[in-house]
Amino acid sequence: MFHIFCPYCQEYREEEEFHPSGQAHLVRPADPASVSDDEWGDYLFFRDNPRGIHHEMWVHRLGCRKFFNITRDTTSYEILETYRMGEQPSITAANAEVRREQGVQTADGGWQTVGAQPENSRLNEETPS
Amino acid sequence: MTQSNRLNQGGRIDRSRRLSFTFNGQQYMGFAGDTLASALLANGVDVVNRSFKYSRPRGITAAGPEEPNAIVQLGATEAAQVPNVRATQQALYDGLVARGTNGWPSVQRDVMSWVGKLGGGFMPPGFYYKTFMAPASMWMTYEKFIRKGAGLGRSPSEADPDIYDHFNQHCDVLVIGSGPAGLTAALSAARAGARVILCDEQEEMGGSLLDSRESIDGAPASAWAEQAVAELAGLDNVTLLPRTTANGYHDHNFVTLHERRTEHLADTAAAAGREGEVRARLHRVRAGRVVLASGSHERPLVYANNDVPGNLVAGAVSVYIRRYGVVPGQRLVLSTNNDHAYRAALDWQEAGREVVAVVDSRAKPDGDLAKQARDAGIRVITGSAVMEATGNQRVSGAKVVAIDTERFVVTGKVETLECDTIASSGGYSPVVHLASHTGKRPQWRDDLLGFVPGEVKGMHVAGGAHGVYALGEALADGAGVGAEAARAAGFEEAAAIAVPDVEVRHESPTSALYQVPHEKPPLRAPKQFVDLQNDVTAAAVELATREGFESIEHVKRYTALGFGTDQGKLGNINGMAIAARCLNRSIPDVGTTVFRPNYTPVSFGAIVGRHCRDLFDPERYTALHQWHVENGAEFEDVGQWKRPWYFPRRVNGKRETMHEAVARECLAVRRGVGILDASTLGKIDIQGPDAREFLGRVYTNKWAKLAPGRVRYGLMCKDDGMLMDDGTTSCLGENHFLMTTTTGGAAGVLEWLELWHQTEWPELQVYFGSVTDHWATMTVTGPDARKLMSEVTDIDLDREQFKFMDWKEGKVAGVPARVFRISFTGELAFEINVQANYAMHVWKALFAHGEKYDLTPYGTETMHVLRAEKGLIIAGQDTDGSVTPEDLGMHWAVGYDKPFSWIGQRALTRPDTAREDRKQLVGLKPKDPKVVLEEGAQIVLDPEQKIPMTMMGHVTSSYYSPVLESGFALAVLKGGRNRMGETVYLPMSDGSVHQAEVVSTVFIDPKGERQNV
Repeated sequence: MFHIFCPYCQEYREEEEFHPSGQAHLVRPADPASVSDDEWGDYLFFRDNPRGIHHEMWVHRLGCRKFFNITRDTTSYEILETYRMGEQPSITAANAEVRREQGVQTADGGWQTVGAQPENSRLNEETPS
Repeated sequence: MTQSNRLNQGGRIDRSRRLSFTFNGQQYMGFAGDTLASALLANGVDVVNRSFKYSRPRGITAAGPEEPNAIVQLGATEAAQVPNVRATQQALYDGLVARGTNGWPSVQRDVMSWVGKLGGGFMPPGFYYKTFMAPASMWMTYEKFIRKGAGLGRSPSEADPDIYDHFNQHCDVLVIGSGPAGLTAALSAARAGARVILCDEQEEMGGSLLDSRESIDGAPASAWAEQAVAELAGLDNVTLLPRTTANGYHDHNFVTLHERRTEHLADTAAAAGREGEVRARLHRVRAGRVVLASGSHERPLVYANNDVPGNLVAGAVSVYIRRYGVVPGQRLVLSTNNDHAYRAALDWQEAGREVVAVVDSRAKPDGDLAKQARDAGIRVITGSAVMEATGNQRVSGAKVVAIDTERFVVTGKVETLECDTIASSGGYSPVVHLASHTGKRPQWRDDLLGFVPGEVKGMHVAGGAHGVYALGEALADGAGVGAEAARAAGFEEAAAIAVPDVEVRHESPTSALYQVPHEKPPLRAPKQFVDLQNDVTAAAVELATREGFESIEHVKRYTALGFGTDQGKLGNINGMAIAARCLNRSIPDVGTTVFRPNYTPVSFGAIVGRHCRDLFDPERYTALHQWHVENGAEFEDVGQWKRPWYFPRRVNGKRETMHEAVARECLAVRRGVGILDASTLGKIDIQGPDAREFLGRVYTNKWAKLAPGRVRYGLMCKDDGMLMDDGTTSCLGENHFLMTTTTGGAAGVLEWLELWHQTEWPELQVYFGSVTDHWATMTVTGPDARKLMSEVTDIDLDREQFKFMDWKEGKVAGVPARVFRISFTGELAFEINVQANYAMHVWKALFAHGEKYDLTPYGTETMHVLRAEKGLIIAGQDTDGSVTPEDLGMHWAVGYDKPFSWIGQRALTRPDTAREDRKQLVGLKPKDPKVVLEEGAQIVLDPEQKIPMTMMGHVTSSYYSPVLESGFALAVLKGGRNRMGETVYLPMSDGSVHQAEVVSTVFIDPKGERQNV
């Protein structure tokens, strides 16, 4: 019923094909042996729980099996954009209001204001305000 | 009984179709087009129920979903029972059987009524809890009788014969409500080309137009409604859903609509001659835009004894007269604070019955309707209100008094008017429930004396739902809002339709009156009901504020205001107003409570749809499933798989118990040969030049030197060092591996591999594919396994040629196969993998040759016993996400010196994971061999210690071993490996204590010789 834009399939797909997979942009220490127990513990156990803009990793489990990222508002549950693994979000807590105004709402395509559609790469090129 | 209150003409009923129905055991007649409520009123039935707490007689109060009293239990047969049906919303059908849900043994003679009469004054809010809570252990006993007395309806005890289903729908504009605003909104959007769904909860579309006194374009309003509905019905882009209640408004314009498909026709679809059709349908609608045109509910006034049958809200009186040709009484007194309600008096008089008086709380009502009433000779008493109703089973009179609404006092002498019906109107409350579901609080509007919906993204409000009440204005509002919604949904050309012509009526403003002051103080006056369904009185609300409950949410929970199945549709605003008055605050300051889905009760059938019985969850079968069924297997659910649990035989005419079957199967494997369908094991095909490197990173042990043709057991950890899955992986070629996982872990492990490859090491060239279903796996195991295998395969089975942890390709029963010499039983074992569609052929060939060896099929239970006797773990049973490979004593499977820091390695040296006294896997041997310890039982060292005892660990796997002739168990125990030989204790819930000795996890063949015979 709810459609999510898969940035790899390049189309809107049923929400039931997708599955959340935790916080996005976690960085695993490159050399685990060289970090302290505290640092390793932070990486393992501590996650953000923001009110508002949040970047999450999702997987297109019953589709292309690719992991990708979603920028989501945890207060309204709106998906603000989807983007590929390795890319950076164009909407962040710092610029969320500006970006939302630029967005478009599609009638039946869910509520992505800006998806990782072709215009996403353009948005990515802009310097975040 | 005759339909004494039925008019000879008028109404939208079909007098040529007479319907017979039964209510509370008595038979009555009604007409097609009636609701159960209108038919009961037509037949002069006053008492339809007993009230929830005080057991007072109650009659029909309203005409729609807001009805608090006429809640009935529907159904002629046990299987067709439906609780919580509002008689006002149930279409009448021939043969309908219903009874009031409250009242025992009957609504007329109620044994609980003494409680209300004698104890009423002593039953403040919280009465039941305060009185019956002690001793706590008795509450369940009290509750049974209180519930029987109070009655809440009951669910059927037989299976529902009907089916239900779900529709997923998308539309541009969803219009909720087909009153004047809803119809013009739908027309504007539809004519612009938008895909429109228009739903309405009533039997007929048109809403208030169906009972309106007004004209549109010179014709009755109902005629215009029929014409508008007909136009919409003719449009391809419009879906009309009558008898459909919008019950839940969820995030992102997801709205659930509950459509009654055959519920209005008969008890079951079959009884309606519609066998095989669905009884109710849940439409799951994702709407581009929602137009909320849900209208308003009229508020009754709160006065003493306002619950006696014969007290109705004013609008309902008009609905019954104009739509159903039913006048619910002889002599009417109308108590109002607004102009619109006057129509009830005019309708009543035109129906030929007596209007005793209209009592208006305003000093100088001079609106058009008020003038019309005066011109018709109706007595209008101003500046006054009905203070109290008299009568018991039916209203016998109305005590009227002049009041000062500002000071909340009576100011004149009480006059008693003889009457049998009191209609009251305290103004109108927009139906904000759906908008409130989204979490947006309604906003108070002083000019409307009501709450309007909060702003919801993607929602547009039209008509009465935001206080646009006058007919002409509502039509225009709907037309504009419908066009606005269509434009927002992308139909940029959408324009408001031309609004039909309606005469403008002059109305004088409504006065703010919720509770009518009484000559006695509130706590001494007869009961003034706020929430009729839950028996919450004005005094109870006042008492709550005195006892310190200032937040409306607390008042609600203390008094149960609005907690009924009607969610306080009639009473909430009045309750808030009373709380506000008592606290000397404004209504918006006191605030409103949150409404939640569903708007009206929904049957579980409609919620479940087709997701029940065999279709509840997908079932997965192996290629050999049919054989298992034919051979009498009992099945166990493992994830979605149906796996044979054990294969009971008939011995001396008696079917084996599970214990007997498992003992026989175990001994067959240990002494002869057994066979297991292991096809459900997860299988992942891994290929690529970096496959080997990747395995080394995700497994704890080493993979660099595993040669083609060899198999290795591996442990997989999460990055916190805890075991997540285990299994064997075989090297099929230099760049090609086959990984097996636990049955339940297959999907999770595949996703895990993808996660690490895609997010951490995308530079590695490696690819994964699930091949679980492609291969069927048969485990042939036992001392006779080689003899049996040699009869069916061309593979050299010599123990030096085909070593333990080797795999070979060849033919089995003439079919290409991979055979793996791995063992999960501790016995000599061959795991045969063949293409799944050859499986049955191979399986049967094995049995043909295996007969002379008494080849015994065994199930998961025997598999568990056999592996546990060998101390082989099951991930997820012996581990729980807090167990490291070291805790399991599997140091041998951890490659600390691998060059790459594999997943979980770093965590194993954290202080907590490196502790010496962590829970470690051990074996337990009960001192009494007959004892099979309970899985999950806690282990203590001192059984005499006072509770809470120091818990040292728990049993993870426990079985009876027919070989050992004793119970045995695996357990995790703090510092367990240093406690070998010690005695531990397992206190049970019945007070007994088992003793067990800590032993090695390997109970049979500690040197591992048997798997290598």
